Amino acid sequence: MAIRRGRGVAAINYPTGMNLGGDPTQALVHSTPTGNFMVTLSSVDLGQGMKQIMAQICAETIGVPTDCVVVDTADTDTGPHCMGTFASRGTHRAGNAVIQAAKEARQVMLEVAAEELEVNASDLETDGQGNILVKGAPQKSISIFDVALSAHFKRGRSISGRGMFLIPRSYPEKETGAMKPSTCYAHACTVAEVEVDDETGEVTVLTVKNVFEIGRALNPKMVEQQLVGGSWMGISHALYETTEPYYPNRDHGGTDFNQYLMPGPGDLAETEIIVLERPSADGPYGAKGPGEMCANPQIPAVANAVFDAVGVRVDTLPITPERILRALKAQAN
Amino acid sequence: MKLRKSYFADVRKDDLHEIGQARPRSDSPGHVTGKTAFFADRNFPGMLHLKMVRSPHHHARIRSIDTSEAEKHPGVVRVLSAKDVPHNVYTILILIQIGPEDETVLADGKVRWKGEAVVAVLAETERAAQEAAAKVKVDYEVLPAVFDMEEALKPGAPIVNEYHGQNYYLYDSGECRKVRFGDVEGGFAGADHILEQSYQSSPIEHAPTETTGCVVAPEGNDRFTCYTNTQAMFFTLDNTSIILQMPGSKLHFVGGTVGGGFGGKVDVIVEPIAILGAKLTGRPVCFIYSREEEMQISSPRAAEKVVIKDGVMKDGRIVARKVTGYTDAGAYSRHSPYGAQKGAGHYPGPYTIPNVWIDTYCVYTNRTPSSAMRGFGITIGDFALEVQMDKLARLIGMDPLEFRFINAYRDGDMKAHRQPTEGAALIECMQEAARAASWPVAEKYMAMSSYKKGA
Repeated sequence: MAIRRGRGVAAINYPTGMNLGGDPTQALVHSTPTGNFMVTLSSVDLGQGMKQIMAQICAETIGVPTDCVVVDTADTDTGPHCMGTFASRGTHRAGNAVIQAAKEARQVMLEVAAEELEVNASDLETDGQGNILVKGAPQKSISIFDVALSAHFKRGRSISGRGMFLIPRSYPEKETGAMKPSTCYAHACTVAEVEVDDETGEVTVLTVKNVFEIGRALNPKMVEQQLVGGSWMGISHALYETTEPYYPNRDHGGTDFNQYLMPGPGDLAETEIIVLERPSADGPYGAKGPGEMCANPQIPAVANAVFDAVGVRVDTLPITPERILRALKAQAN
Repeated sequence: MKLRKSYFADVRKDDLHEIGQARPRSDSPGHVTGKTAFFADRNFPGMLHLKMVRSPHHHARIRSIDTSEAEKHPGVVRVLSAKDVPHNVYTILILIQIGPEDETVLADGKVRWKGEAVVAVLAETERAAQEAAAKVKVDYEVLPAVFDMEEALKPGAPIVNEYHGQNYYLYDSGECRKVRFGDVEGGFAGADHILEQSYQSSPIEHAPTETTGCVVAPEGNDRFTCYTNTQAMFFTLDNTSIILQMPGSKLHFVGGTVGGGFGGKVDVIVEPIAILGAKLTGRPVCFIYSREEEMQISSPRAAEKVVIKDGVMKDGRIVARKVTGYTDAGAYSRHSPYGAQKGAGHYPGPYTIPNVWIDTYCVYTNRTPSSAMRGFGITIGDFALEVQMDKLARLIGMDPLEFRFINAYRDGDMKAHRQPTEGAALIECMQEAARAASWPVAEKYMAMSSYKKGA
């Protein structure tokens, strides 16, 4: 009887957005009288930080600091339609809608600035700090604060925009299954290292090294929190979680966190996250949806590492000590 | 976290101001100081509490329901049963034309899983609602139940859901979603080795910190405001409008920050019955799942069975792959027909294989209906595919990572569902993983690219 060490690898891809498309999201953007910008959506922030990302996307597109943008969302009386926050679609779908709305608002803003500066709107650019400058002659400029005041009180213009993003729905061909499930895919490869006690069947995940290709890390700190959390969830799926431990038997299901097994802080592996960026053709600033795929590759990587350690396959999830011991016993016989 | 900018540098411009910046989240201070408002922070004078009477049986006919004792219980304001729900038989994907309607808001004549909602009790306090719910008498005739997907698909198995008529979802393509590409039997015939393996999972709970729920307030003008933690505002509003036969203009849904979803809050379960309760009593109503309800009543990730048969050559090429996937939907569809066919679009995984055959089934059994969860239709498939890849590599005596390089999809490769590959990056992920883990890989693989030569 001994503690045995092994490592395993897995590589995956994952579609961004609702399968087969047909899942619209709309956005509205408008300026306040003093040049702040309001993004109006009905999308839901599940705690992953969607509001913050939409603010950064709007700010980038209009050319203002993120602090100038406020996101109002999840109210059906004010926000235009969003299919919902699921299927790794929030950033991709809502982000594209916000870009379109923000571009329209930016155009009006530049037109008002052009009238104030008596130049062509096409000759103007933003400095990202709250000012609009004449290209090549930056001394000739106007603040967005003054442009918004002019639009509201002098020129009677609405600095606003409408955005809509919809990937047309694909219908699978009946006989061949020809279809377009998604327009872009994120990728991942994980190497997991485990120790397995062949006397108790207990698995300890020592290290998990994850490489994720996500199109673009729009906010690196926020994507890191999502990728680390996903990696932990993958370990949890591999080794612990189920509401029906003896499926298809309905008995022994957990009803609280004492009975439903999930890893505690001491069960989590040393986790490494490496991000690659291959911008997607239709992603907002190249972004793909990393929300779901980041929890997938750890499961087979851990399963393969367990085999590498003790030489038995557990092809039923979760890979519990009981299942490992039964497999070891069967192998010994 | 490390950003490896050396990969794909030729297709990426780093000229942005706000994007790519690690700006602090504007909502973090509220979260960490306990000031962020969640739906359950709403409390209205006179608010009623809703509790469900649930089926103790996996499959049973309801002979009769007696609510008289419950109605007399102190604090009880109203008891609701199937006849009170205007459009009681529904299915949520009807909004995107995926029927048939196959589920009841409150059971009518039959229950098909242990835990199914039968009667709703509205009372002044949570305790009174709970106590009164225990006084509802339901006379059941227990029926044979089926829990195993293979048993459910056998001729003569008890029919789980009469709205389908058989224990699988009927697609326009028949009993399963199909993908046919190349000649899979010819591929097997020419292969050096054949490996057929079966993989299984069991249901998994989303385990959000905040359980599913809503608080409904009548606005006094025939409008109802529903504070909810749904993941999909209009999807829930529009389905509620159908179930209650109430114009959508009478409904106002307000969300906010949700305490974790993971796909567990895209079914439309608590809102319609709570709004109905508010409408019939004229009082605010809250309906919030207990932790036990969240774990055993709300939809889990489906159990899946995946059977993979591969033909592989000694040089490492996979020449044929056949995948049969089974998704255990439980007693009702919810999002499962969609999840099962998502698998059909995902197999055979990120590999270029010339001959592919895929069948994915959505199967009905007498258990808690499953539905969406993070990785819907794919997570368990990836477990099966990637363990299978490890077995194949070992079968032919090849390094598991090098074996994947040989088969990895690249730009322009035709997928089994007949879309050319675009924007591939599997090879680069594997190269970086090999570097990070000091996993020895032959130089020819480390020199590969997802870009096709000449592309």
